[in-house]
Amino acid sequence: MERYYQKEIETMPREEIKKLQSEKLVKQVKHAWDNVPYYRAKMEAVNVTPDDIRGIEDLHKLPFITKDDLRECYPYGMLARPLKDVVRIQSTSGTTGRRVVKFYTQDDIDIWEENCARAIVAAGGTEEDVVQVCYGYGLFTGGAGLHGGAHKVGAMTLPMSSGNTDRQLQFMEDLQTTILACTPSYAAYLTEQIVERGLKDKIHLKAGIFGAEAWSEEMRHDMEDTLGFKAYDIYGLTELGGPGVSFECKEQNGMHINEDHFLAEIIDPNTLEQLPNGTYGELVFTALSDSAFPLIRYRTRDVCILNDEPCSCGRTHIRMGKLKGRSDDMLIVKGVNVFPSQIETVLIDKGYKANYQIVVDRQKHSDTIDVMVEMTPENFSDNLGEIEKKEKELVAALKAMLGILVKVHLVAPKSIERSEGKAVRVIDKRKI
Amino acid sequence: MKISQITVFLENRAGQLAEITAELDANNINMRAINIAETAEYGLARIIAEDSEKAVQILKDKGFAAMLTDVVAIGVPHRAGGLNDILQIIAAAGIDIEYMYSLIGEQDGIAYMVFRTKDADALQKELADKGIF
Ligand SMILES: [Zn+2]
Repeated sequence: MERYYQKEIETMPREEIKKLQSEKLVKQVKHAWDNVPYYRAKMEAVNVTPDDIRGIEDLHKLPFITKDDLRECYPYGMLARPLKDVVRIQSTSGTTGRRVVKFYTQDDIDIWEENCARAIVAAGGTEEDVVQVCYGYGLFTGGAGLHGGAHKVGAMTLPMSSGNTDRQLQFMEDLQTTILACTPSYAAYLTEQIVERGLKDKIHLKAGIFGAEAWSEEMRHDMEDTLGFKAYDIYGLTELGGPGVSFECKEQNGMHINEDHFLAEIIDPNTLEQLPNGTYGELVFTALSDSAFPLIRYRTRDVCILNDEPCSCGRTHIRMGKLKGRSDDMLIVKGVNVFPSQIETVLIDKGYKANYQIVVDRQKHSDTIDVMVEMTPENFSDNLGEIEKKEKELVAALKAMLGILVKVHLVAPKSIERSEGKAVRVIDKRKI
Repeated sequence: MKISQITVFLENRAGQLAEITAELDANNINMRAINIAETAEYGLARIIAEDSEKAVQILKDKGFAAMLTDVVAIGVPHRAGGLNDILQIIAAAGIDIEYMYSLIGEQDGIAYMVFRTKDADALQKELADKGIF
């Protein structure tokens, strides 16, 4: 029997979800118009007033909010409630210029924690469980979000925060943790340590909830096979409250977006037009419930796909696929979307350095893509045939990942140009 | 004789090899042989030098991809069939040669060849048993 934290909402018929979203959108736009002069000015600039927004079908009329807007408004420019109603902030760890501060009323926090509770229940969590939270606590949303969610579920919560692996493993063993919540990279490290220290038989994990970073299916399968538990993805942005914007169910095939609180769209990052479900594009969210920090049409820059097909878990909320990359980085080569992050994943997997350079060009009306890759000790040999063999494997892996042929050029270590210590990743000669 | 060979990755551009030899020269490292293998895109310089441990460290420090490999250097009599005799022995022993090249210079009518096999010790022993060094 599938269990839900808020069954009625999580399994609501789609028509009702849309009706609810329409009602909330109308209210939220009015709220922003009345209380956020910055957003009101943006609406006025495109000649839209709250009267023009009667439901989600009018969403496309509204202006977008970008990270630049948030920077412009820092710190209080987007705040829609008086400070007396605000009870907390969380923030991104970014450098000062890029820092985002998100404000919460007590209601905002309750909704955020409920969203995380939905994720924990979808991963099989109950009040009987022991949830070990080793996301960072403090300004970062990871610790606070999963901590609050575990409380709402009624599970016993271990507020470990990040780091101190000896202590993490000690508590995991002694208190018989059943659900682990942390970043996927730390989960992979803990998995490795559990094996290395011979603790596999002493660990009782049944599920892991891993987010805040991109991770691959291979990582998931490695951890699941090693520890015999299920690893679930969770997604969120500090701007939208934190983790729990969407989460995976037992199907592990896309993350259900909490649509009663977040209205999702996919847009073409170039034309800014809405795209139909099932098309890759940039994910845009409207926070329907956030009262202190009501973001409308916030451009996440994350590229993914939305899937509104019914899910076997019974949840009716739309699912978002794994993130494919950042829209700022997206290249279109021979009509195919290519993300440097995809190339990076393959390079690291094949033992090459993440220091690479992509050159895109156009020859005789056809796009070309070349990748400069630095030789590493791991792939070096005194035998030319061995080097060529590994190079061919790399080309094949890139083809499998991207769907197009990439020309690889092996170059000497540390030979790829860096500007201010950071490599220039992409040179698109078509634009020059 | 088993010796240590330095292999350096060469990008396909003018002056790469000269950069390597200049680096060795600047550190007073004497090169006894150099062999180049290449594709259209890149190549390998295989070098026999006097202090190969030191040489490979210098090259690595300068950012080159470089490594050491054990190879066998054999004196080949400078007469018809000299090399053939050796190759027959290696073939009869079932030893696979990945590549070979000659060392610069000869002494008393003997040219030196470098052989790369999976197991340098096995090749050395096989030839020594037949009186070839
Ligand atoms: Zn589902």
